[in-house]
Amino acid sequence: MSRPGFVLEVDERTPPVLIHRGEGFGVERFPLGTHVVYPPDSLPAVRDIDAAIALALQHPHGTDPLRELLTPSTRLTVVIDDICTPAPSMRAPDIRQRVVEAVLEIAAEQQVDDVELVAANGLQRRMTAAELRHLVGERVYGSFTPDRLHNHDAEDRANLVGIGATDAGHDVEINRRVAESDLVVHVSVVTSAIAGNCRSLAARIASYATVRDENAYATAHPGSDDAPAADRLGVVLERQVPIFVVEATLDHGDSARQLAFLGKREWEWSLRDQAAYVGVKRLNDLGPGRVRHRIWQHAQASYGVTAVCAGRPAEVRARTLETLHRQQLTEVDGQSDVVVFGLPSASASSVNSIMNPILAMSLGLGVYFNSFRGRPLLRPGGALILYHPMQQQFHPVHHPSYIDFFEEVLAETTDPATIASKYQDQFAGDEWYRHLYRNSYAFHGAHPFLMWYLGARALAHAGDIICVGADRPTASRLGFRTASTLADALEMASGKVGRSPSIAYLHGAPNTIADVR
Amino acid sequence: MITAVEYHRSPLRFASARAASGRISARLGATFSSAVTGSLAPLRLVTLPEPRRPGPDWARVRPRLSGICGKDLALLAARSSPYLSPLVSMPFVPGHEVVGELLDDVDGLAAGTRVVIDPVLCCVARDVEMCAHCAAGHESRCDHVTAGTVSAGLQTGFCGDTGGGWSGMLVAHRRQIHAVPETLPDRRAVLVEPMACAVHTVRRAEIADGASVVIVGAGTVGLLVLLALREFAAPGQVYVVAKHAHQADRARTLGATDVVEPRRAARVLRRATGGSLQTPEHGSDFLLGGVDVAIECTGGSGLDSALRLVRAGGRVVLAGMPSSRVDLTPLWYRELTLVGAYASDSGGADRHADFVDAISLADAAALDGYVDAVYALGQWREAIGHAQEAGRLGSVKVAFDPTRD
Repeated sequence: MSRPGFVLEVDERTPPVLIHRGEGFGVERFPLGTHVVYPPDSLPAVRDIDAAIALALQHPHGTDPLRELLTPSTRLTVVIDDICTPAPSMRAPDIRQRVVEAVLEIAAEQQVDDVELVAANGLQRRMTAAELRHLVGERVYGSFTPDRLHNHDAEDRANLVGIGATDAGHDVEINRRVAESDLVVHVSVVTSAIAGNCRSLAARIASYATVRDENAYATAHPGSDDAPAADRLGVVLERQVPIFVVEATLDHGDSARQLAFLGKREWEWSLRDQAAYVGVKRLNDLGPGRVRHRIWQHAQASYGVTAVCAGRPAEVRARTLETLHRQQLTEVDGQSDVVVFGLPSASASSVNSIMNPILAMSLGLGVYFNSFRGRPLLRPGGALILYHPMQQQFHPVHHPSYIDFFEEVLAETTDPATIASKYQDQFAGDEWYRHLYRNSYAFHGAHPFLMWYLGARALAHAGDIICVGADRPTASRLGFRTASTLADALEMASGKVGRSPSIAYLHGAPNTIADVR
Repeated sequence: MITAVEYHRSPLRFASARAASGRISARLGATFSSAVTGSLAPLRLVTLPEPRRPGPDWARVRPRLSGICGKDLALLAARSSPYLSPLVSMPFVPGHEVVGELLDDVDGLAAGTRVVIDPVLCCVARDVEMCAHCAAGHESRCDHVTAGTVSAGLQTGFCGDTGGGWSGMLVAHRRQIHAVPETLPDRRAVLVEPMACAVHTVRRAEIADGASVVIVGAGTVGLLVLLALREFAAPGQVYVVAKHAHQADRARTLGATDVVEPRRAARVLRRATGGSLQTPEHGSDFLLGGVDVAIECTGGSGLDSALRLVRAGGRVVLAGMPSSRVDLTPLWYRELTLVGAYASDSGGADRHADFVDAISLADAAALDGYVDAVYALGQWREAIGHAQEAGRLGSVKVAFDPTRD
C-alpha cells in the first residue's frame, strides 16, 4: 500500500523544498504557512509485464479478447502513441514495444497477413528512425519498415479520408489506413490524469482541418466545460472502425540512484541524498550549457508499469483514470492566493529537442495549472509564480513556426482569441511549415497555437503571472513579469494578493493533481 | 583665404584609419573605433586660397551647410574601393551635399541666391565634347570625369580644383546650381542631394506596380529612398530593414509596410512573401522565394542581405557605395539583376531631372529633424565621430556649418 498524498504546512522546522528551474534545480525556503502539495507515492509496479499484457489482451473490458477479433482476412492496423509521452522518455524496452510485440504475436498466430503500424504523432513532428526503433524495438522496426510502419501525416491529402461529421457538424478526416481497417489496436501510454491529457486516438490520426475545427481555441484548453473535442472525434472514429485500446499506466519514474532524492520528500533525505543533491547540483550548475542541455533533453528514465488495461476505449479510459488518480490525487483544502510551480525542461513537445519559451508557458499554464480536480488550486485573480529561466532558445529544425510565433505573433498580442482569429490560419497554411512538417522533423505550423491555447484558461484565471529567474525580455514577450527571488515575486504580487497571501506549491507536478475541496 | 577641412594623401594615416575601422572595431566596438578613426583619418583643417572660377559659367558658392555622407565616411575610414582613386584629385575638400549662397551672378541667378549643388562634374561642366551618356541625359555616367577644365573628380567634393562643401567656399558650374525655394529651410535643403540620389535609385529600380520591395538600411539613403519610392513608384509591400529604433519609427512614418531588425529580416520576409528559409553551413539565412526588388542602402554588408532576400529573377539595386566583400553566389544561382544607382541625372527630355524632383520632394516632405547635429569645421573630429555613430546616437544626417567659428 503506497502512501497517500500529503499537504505539508511549512513551519520553522521544514527544510528547504526542492524546486525545478528548467535545466537545473535548487531548494527554496517558502514562507511559513505555505502549503506544499506532495503526490501519493507511486503505485507498485507490475512485476511480470508480459503476463500483465497477455492478461489484458485475453480479458479486455467491453469486448472480446483480441485473439477472437482477428481472422486471417482481418486488415489490422496498430496505432502507437508517439514519443511525447512519457517525458522524459522511457528507457528501453518501451512498454509500447512489449505491447506491440504481444499484439503482433497474436496476429501471427491468427494468420493475419495485412498488418500495418501507424505512429499517432498528430501535429507533432515525425519521429526519426532512431525514435521509432526505440518505440517499437529493433525486431518490429526491422520487419515493418519501410513500407508498413509510418508516421501519421495530417497534411497528406492522398492518405486522409472523410469518415463523417461530429455532433458539432465538423467533417472528420482521418488516416486512410486506419479508416479502411477492420480492426485498430491503439497502443497507448498515459502518465498523467490531468483534465484533457488523455487525448483520444482520433485527434492524433486526424487531418489538420479536423483538429482545427474540433480543437479551436474555445474548446482546446483542458478543463473546458465544453464537451471535449477529442471525445466527439472518438465517437465518429468508433462508428467507422472497431477500436481495441491497450493502455499502460506508469509510475512516477525512477531516475538513476544518484538522483533518488528528486523523488523523495525533503525531510526524508538521507545523508547520502543530501550529498547527492549538493554534488549533482554543483555539477549541473558548473557544467557546460551544451552538456547540461543534452543531459536534460535526451534523458531517459526507468518507469514501472502500474497497470495494463485493454478493451473498448471508454471503459479502458475510466479504469486508467482511476489508476492514475490513486497515484496522483492529493486532497487540498481550498484555493490559494498564490500558487508556485517549478518547471523542469521536459515536456511532451520538447523530447530530444529544446524547451522553448512557448513550451515553458504551455507546461506551466497548460499542464501544471490544470493539474487539479474540481477547481483550480489558484483562486481567481490570484498570482501564479513560475520558476523557469525562459531563455530565448528554439530548435530550428523542430520548432520553426514557434520562432515566428514568438517573434511575430507574441510581439503583437498574447490574447488567445486574437491570436486564433488573426494568425492561426496564416501559419497553418504556410507552405514552408507544411513542407517541413511533412518532410523534415518540424512540428506543424499551427502547433504553437495549440500550445498557447492550453494556457488560455490560466491566462484568464490568474491576476498576475511572475517568473522567477527568467530572462526578462523573453518573459515580457510572453506577457509575464519577472523577479529574481521568491521574496521579490511575492512583493510584486502583493498588489493583487496582499502582504499575507495563502501560498501553495505543487510539488512534483504533473504527477501531482490537486483535488481542491 | 578660406578655412577648409582637406583630405590629403597620407599612406600612414590611410593605413591607420583602415586598421582602426577594421581590427579595432572588431575588438573594441564601433563606438571606440569611430572615435579613433575620426582622429586618424587623413584630414586636416587648413587655410587655403579661394578656389578660382574655371570659366565664365562658374560661380563661387559659400556653403551654409554641408552634409557628411556614407561615401565620405567610407573614404575617411579607408574602406572605399581603390577603384575610384583615379577619379579624384588630391588633395581635395570633401563635401558634396551642399546648400549655400551664390557669391557671383551667373546666367539668370543673382549673387546672394540660396542654392543647392548637383555635384556631378559632367561634360558640360568640364567644357569638353559631350560624351554619349551626357548627351542622353545620364550625366552620372559621364566618361569625361578626368578631362576638361577642372582636374579629375567624379563629383564636387572629390575634385582638387572646385573645392567642396566642408569649406568656406567652392566653385560650381551653372549646370550644377539649383535655386532653393524660400519655403525650404537650409536643414532640409542640404538633404536635396541625397534625395536626388534616392529619386535616381527608384528610377533605376524600375519597380513594377504592386511589386514587393525591401530597403536594406534605414540611414539617410534608406529613408529617402523610401520617401522617393512612395512618390515616384507604386510598389505593393515595402519592407525596411532598420538597425535602430528611431530609424524604424521614421520608416514607419514614411510609409513602410513593416520594419524589421536585420537579424529577423529573412524570417519576416519569408512569412510575408512565402517561399522557404534556408540555412547554409556558413553565412546568413537566405530565401527561396522573397521580394521582387531589394534596394541596398547601407554601403556595407547590406548587399549580402539584399542578395539573399530577393526572389529568383529579382532585382537588386545598389544605392550605397559598396565597401565590403560579398558572396555573389545568389546573384548567379538565382539569376538576379544587379543594378547600380549612382548620384543623379537629368534623364533626357522625357522627364524631370532627378534634382528638380528632389527639390520639390524635399520642400513637401516632413523631413524636419533629419539634420539634427551641426558642427563647425574646427570640430571635424567630433563631427566625423558623430556621423560614424549616427544611427546609434539617434541622428540621421550630420552636417558642417562652415559659417560657424
